[in-house]
Amino acid sequence: MTLIAFILLAVLATVGYVLNRQAAAAITADGTRLHSLKHFHGLFSLLSVLVPVLVLLCLYLALQTPIINMVTMASLPDGVLDGMGDGAQQLVLAEIRSVSQGRVFGTPEDWKIIAAERMVALYQYADIAMVTMVIILSSVILVLTRRRVTAEFRARQAAETIIHGFMIACSTVAILTTIGIILALAFEAIRFFEMVPFTDFLFGVNWEPQIPIREDQIAAEGAFGWLPVIVGTAVVATIAMLLATPIGLLTAIYLNEFAPRGLRAVVKPVLEILAGVPTVVYGFFAILVVAPALRGAGADLGIGISPNTALAAGGVMGIMLIPFISSFADDALSAVPRALRDGSLAIGATRGETMLKVQFPAAIPGIVGGVLLAVSRAIGETMIVVMAAGLMANLTINPLDSVTTVTVQIVTLLIGDTAFDNPKTLAAFALGLMLFILTLGINVLALRIVRKYREIYD
Amino acid sequence: MNDMRLTERNMTDQKIKMQARGVDVFYGDTQAIKTVDVDIQDKTVTAFIGPSGCGKSTFLRCLNRMNDTIDVCRVTGDIRLDEEDIYDPRVDPVQLRAKVGMVFQKPNPFPKSIYDNVAYGPRIHGLATNKAELDEIVEKSLRRAAIWDEAKDRLDQPGTGLSGGQQQRLCIARAVATNPEVLLMDEPCSALDPIATAQVEELIDELRERFSVVIVTHSMQQAARVSQKTAFFHLGELVEFGETSQIFTNPQDTRTESYITGRIG
Ligand SMILES: Nc1ncnc2c1ncn2[C@@H]1O[C@H](COP(=O)(O)OP(=O)(O)OP(=O)(O)O)[C@@H](O)[C@H]1O
Ligand SMILES: [Mg+2]
Repeated sequence: MTLIAFILLAVLATVGYVLNRQAAAAITADGTRLHSLKHFHGLFSLLSVLVPVLVLLCLYLALQTPIINMVTMASLPDGVLDGMGDGAQQLVLAEIRSVSQGRVFGTPEDWKIIAAERMVALYQYADIAMVTMVIILSSVILVLTRRRVTAEFRARQAAETIIHGFMIACSTVAILTTIGIILALAFEAIRFFEMVPFTDFLFGVNWEPQIPIREDQIAAEGAFGWLPVIVGTAVVATIAMLLATPIGLLTAIYLNEFAPRGLRAVVKPVLEILAGVPTVVYGFFAILVVAPALRGAGADLGIGISPNTALAAGGVMGIMLIPFISSFADDALSAVPRALRDGSLAIGATRGETMLKVQFPAAIPGIVGGVLLAVSRAIGETMIVVMAAGLMANLTINPLDSVTTVTVQIVTLLIGDTAFDNPKTLAAFALGLMLFILTLGINVLALRIVRKYREIYD
Repeated sequence: MNDMRLTERNMTDQKIKMQARGVDVFYGDTQAIKTVDVDIQDKTVTAFIGPSGCGKSTFLRCLNRMNDTIDVCRVTGDIRLDEEDIYDPRVDPVQLRAKVGMVFQKPNPFPKSIYDNVAYGPRIHGLATNKAELDEIVEKSLRRAAIWDEAKDRLDQPGTGLSGGQQQRLCIARAVATNPEVLLMDEPCSALDPIATAQVEELIDELRERFSVVIVTHSMQQAARVSQKTAFFHLGELVEFGETSQIFTNPQDTRTESYITGRIG
């Protein structure tokens, strides 16, 4: 039925296009000049039908199920829900729903079967109502827009206004989603800070999020000081950036200025492939290749190195970031006007001097922007560290130790059976919020720098 | 067109600084310059004129091998600076460009301070041994480029913050600072107002005392005002080359005549 509604809508909108276009063409038949081209008259009708009805249709589809659920629950015989908690009521609803879809387990009570039948009927009514709504609404709009076709009618502006509105609606969705995510994070984080003082979290040096899950379980009260975790993140990210920044920048400089064209044609796509490798694969690389190699090297030197090290995780993350940084830096270098390069060469500077003293400095703001974006990726990277860094929250900056990161802790806190009412689980949201604020800050900084750099040449 | 200065000029026969013989330039398969022969005299201003796209810039760039930086560009023929073939494999284009400086059509100051812009060349070529010497070179160059008065109080401010005309004079100062023997200028005044243009022209006349100057220009008046020799290019060929006064008063080729009287171009 939903499909039919959409097809009907498409057909009616097309009809609107054809009708209005023809009407506009009819006006021009006797030589009258239209304000807008025929095409725009058609487009106006098409959009007038399509956009509002489509929006309504989507709303309808989104609201249909909750409303039908409500009605079904409300019309249950008096008393059957008495004494039931929220969860139990949800179970009843789920059972009715599966019965209505023909999946009957055991022998449900009669009132459930009746409710299920009612639900089926409601869905049928809703479908019919939906299709009727589409037909009536579209037809009304069709007639209305058809009436508006005159020589003076500014169909182009009207059509553009509708498109404009539609684009605003689309971008609002993105913004609202972001706000929604932030709010969801913030609410849970606030609940966490009601249980654990903010200062304990911010300045605590112990991260032991184990708390008794059952009343009778004997376990330490958890400690929620995030310092070891964020320091772990910082160590891993620093190692990654120390590796990725110089290699990425030198790659970019080489590709941009010195590489023969054939080589550049090969290396650039390869780098892009590297950027597209899923991070899980990097994680495998870290545990299967890098970590054993480090251990081997450590054994040769007589140092014991744990299987999970910050160095392995950070190093592999650095490899992941190389293409990111190099493509950003390459873009920034390419954006430096050729005239500057020519100016420097014409003074008798070598290509190296020109790169070092003119092109690179001129591109620095863009490069810094790219590096900062890479930093926030390093901080937010999850998979590699989950696989290679470790779980123990040691407050250490030794790269050969096992460290844990914010993202790893979030994952482990949320894995398995979780109830959203104890500090252990909620701590994940607090960590998530801090991570979000941190990367947001870095990204804003990066964008500001990038924007400032644009101004130099425009 | 018959500017006063044309007649005043004394045409001393200076020695030949640069000599081009049978120069061809190709961009890929298309030929942009066809067998051009030109002599650039020392301490003389030579003007290249001709309609747009005739190859003036291309030929100018041959003189300091800036065409090397364009991948598709190929130069053949013989170009000599002080008798030495500049396309000889033993010649380092980097050193050549220190001797043959260039000013571009669009001002292209580096996004550095005014001081650093001018000091760029001397630093690269190690022309100054200490800060005082460098200061002196910078000041002298800025004075020569007639921008010292405007720039002296803001030497540490970015060169990109100057006006277009000031930027162009800064670029001239930058080119002059390395003490070149030949200065190539590709339409140096096209972005300038009449006053700045007059300043630059005056400057070119002064520069002539030290170097030989080659200037590409679209303004016949400018060519007549500043140059002693003029070369007229058309469709990649050198149509006529001679004393500026003679080219403008008594052109030998009908194409030259049509161009300077405004019928082609
Ligand atoms: N980088 C290049 N690649 C390919 N062709 C080029 C390139 N530069 C110039 N050309 C071609 O060479 C010819 C001469 O160009 P050039 O720039 O030397 O002309 P010009 O006389 O300086 O013109 P204008 O007075 O407009 O500056 C033109 O046909 C142009 O299209
Ligand atoms: Mg040109």
